[in-house]
Amino acid sequence: MWYFDTPMIAFGEGALAHLKETEGRRAFVVSDENVAGLGFVETVQEYLSRAGLESECFLSVEPDPSLDTVRRGARALMAYEPDWVVGLGGGSCLDAAKAMWVLYERPDLEPEAINPLEPLGLRQKARLITIPTTAGTGAEVTWMIVLTDADDDRKLGLGSRENLADIAIVDPSLSKDMPPRLTADTGLDALTHALEGYAASWANDFSDGLCLKAADLVFRYLPQAYEDGTQGEARERMANAATLAGLGFGNSMAGLAHSMGHALGGVFHTPHGRAVGLFLPYTIEYAAREKPQRYGEIARHLGLSADLESKGAASLVRAMRDLLGRLEQPLTLAEVGIDRESLVERMDKLLDNAANEATTVVHPRIASMDELERLFLCAWDGREVDF
Amino acid sequence: MIDFGTDEWAKAFMEQINRSEAYAEAAKTWEGDFYFIIESEEHYPEPLHVYVDLWHGVCREAFAAADPSVKDPIFRMSGPLENWRRVIDKTLDPLQGLLTRQFKLQGDMVKIMRAVKAAQELVNCTALVPTKFPE
Ligand SMILES: [Zn+2]
Repeated sequence: MWYFDTPMIAFGEGALAHLKETEGRRAFVVSDENVAGLGFVETVQEYLSRAGLESECFLSVEPDPSLDTVRRGARALMAYEPDWVVGLGGGSCLDAAKAMWVLYERPDLEPEAINPLEPLGLRQKARLITIPTTAGTGAEVTWMIVLTDADDDRKLGLGSRENLADIAIVDPSLSKDMPPRLTADTGLDALTHALEGYAASWANDFSDGLCLKAADLVFRYLPQAYEDGTQGEARERMANAATLAGLGFGNSMAGLAHSMGHALGGVFHTPHGRAVGLFLPYTIEYAAREKPQRYGEIARHLGLSADLESKGAASLVRAMRDLLGRLEQPLTLAEVGIDRESLVERMDKLLDNAANEATTVVHPRIASMDELERLFLCAWDGREVDF
Repeated sequence: MIDFGTDEWAKAFMEQINRSEAYAEAAKTWEGDFYFIIESEEHYPEPLHVYVDLWHGVCREAFAAADPSVKDPIFRMSGPLENWRRVIDKTLDPLQGLLTRQFKLQGDMVKIMRAVKAAQELVNCTALVPTKFPE
């Protein structure tokens, strides 16, 4: 048995106005200064007030939010006592909002104890609305929460199916001002979700179609959104792709590029989408040496040359590298600016972090510690994975 | 073939764990003992308790506990026979089993969620024990 979870989703140009339908007393908006600077926090509060809700906001979410930030936000929630929590921003703001909401409902919990194995008993005090302002993480429709344990240089994969948002609002007008680099980084995160969600051993009939559709949209529209951000259609299709990919991998699982990307992010603070997009060709090459089937299916769906499964996987890797090139993204860790000595010096930490991600054991081929180390080294200088 | 959940099975499981280099590597910092509990049903009038003490990549002790009060392990994972069988046959991912409450787990969840790789290697060890299930 398995579950398929999704919030109610309002999407498309103008979807943000759905906030006017909100029923309640008081909302608490979790966001950051950048998003506020773009005027989106104010717009959200304006819509909420038209629905008759008072609101207050917390704008101190940093990229890769820490356990401490989440504790502070939860204290502010307890003081304000809202009946809606609204996460507004990129993945960091949305994940922080999910975690703060859980702690508001369950002040007895520590953030690192938010786990999917025990009932949490949420929705006694409030419900959650998620509104993405990037097109990538899919955090608006997933229950996973990624927080950073700053003392341990480690990203923590937390969350419970219960902390999935009640409502997700996916309005492309919120992502149209993203600068090109952020467009590329977040778009590649969406692509990685789609491809890993399809290939993961937890993939299922309910998640497959979402992943394939999302992959197709990213390959078609991400270059346009990157090269000319004013392209309304490209922005809208990318916003949809990110949410579809979130639903896809959120109801399956991500894979090894995410394990390595989280490990790298914990130690070297590389932006999430850039890291997972960089690792993806390597982790596909590695898996396809033994299990090419699912990648062949994706390649066929995308209309790439795939008469043999192994050939399909190779075409997919090639298409992925072409896309990275077109988006002027780094293809190696050296190009990211990590020198080999630092990589080797922190290798034990990277391996320990990556090995203990659930995404490692659902990848189509499970890497040993030794293979993981070789994958990091291949990704450093761009060597082909030949093991 | 060894009957599942018996003392002989627990000892064979311990032997496989201590033979596994992959487990030793993945669990080198793990400290914590378990009761794996097979819930009572038609084959078992009483639940079966298999005790396993795992420490820094090795299994220090394993036995079937006739009286579960002899140990007070920090983790208890319980489920019906059919689900254990599916895990050992590798048709049920144990983490998916936990997420869908086909297994119940008591203990420090933070600690267990940080030991995914070790858990997976442990399951690989059970698959190496020639196990006979009641028909
Ligand atoms: Zn991601």
